[in-house]
Amino acid sequence: MTMLASYLTLAAVLFCVGLYGVLTKRNAIVVLLCIELMLNAANLNLIAFSKYGVIPSLTGQIFSLFTITVAAAEAAVGMAILIVWYRNRVTVNVDEFDELRG
Amino acid sequence: MFNFNIDFSGEFFAFFSLAICAIVGAVLAINFTKVVHIVMSLAFTFVALAGLYILLNAEFVAFVQVLLYVGAVTILMIFGIMMTKHDGEGQEPARPLLETLAAIGCLCLFGILFFAIRNAEFPAQVAPLPDDNTRAIGLELFSRYAVPFELISVLLTVAFIGAVALAKREEDPQ
Repeated sequence: MTMLASYLTLAAVLFCVGLYGVLTKRNAIVVLLCIELMLNAANLNLIAFSKYGVIPSLTGQIFSLFTITVAAAEAAVGMAILIVWYRNRVTVNVDEFDELRG
Repeated sequence: MFNFNIDFSGEFFAFFSLAICAIVGAVLAINFTKVVHIVMSLAFTFVALAGLYILLNAEFVAFVQVLLYVGAVTILMIFGIMMTKHDGEGQEPARPLLETLAAIGCLCLFGILFFAIRNAEFPAQVAPLPDDNTRAIGLELFSRYAVPFELISVLLTVAFIGAVALAKREEDPQ
């Protein structure tokens, strides 16, 4: 078992735990945090390939910097939507987010 | 397929302890019921991941991870928790069917990924990473990746202006 396979397995574990949280949790803040966990697992893959890939290069690290930036923007916008929602409906339960249901 | 011919070097032990920290933080976050505890254990996971990035010779990304995830995102989530009410936590009815289905789906996904990783051939690498990687990242960002860098800064500005505009309290029409 090489180090690269160990890192990829760890990233798979973190991704699956995050996916389980996204699917089962009802608090919207916890769902946002679990999405961050899944994005972190993807970052771990990028950086592991940047060191242990066939041609090691910094491209993976630069890609992960871009991903972290997009994740920060996503967290900010998600939290703003959550605050607006809470102001209107006084709940953060994702089961009640059904305004757009047809 | 299951040949665990692991060389027990110092790097492996560092990886192993940090990986255990990361997984424990994530699993605890799934099991806690109070939202503040969930945020704290996920912050622990993010710190452990920053340690793994240092192991992978990505010191700059590790510091960005600590600054952005442990600093900004966690604090943002804590502010979000403080601005919303969480009185009814833990009293909601359990949904055993949904939770079982989600667990089965996640385990299947993990199994597929695990066997894919097991069966993959990773060829030997040809060259090591450059030593001074923070400097190298800076040079790459402002030469080869200058356009994506500017685009991502525009995206960040738009997202933050959008967040402020969304969360701003609307004034009364009178």
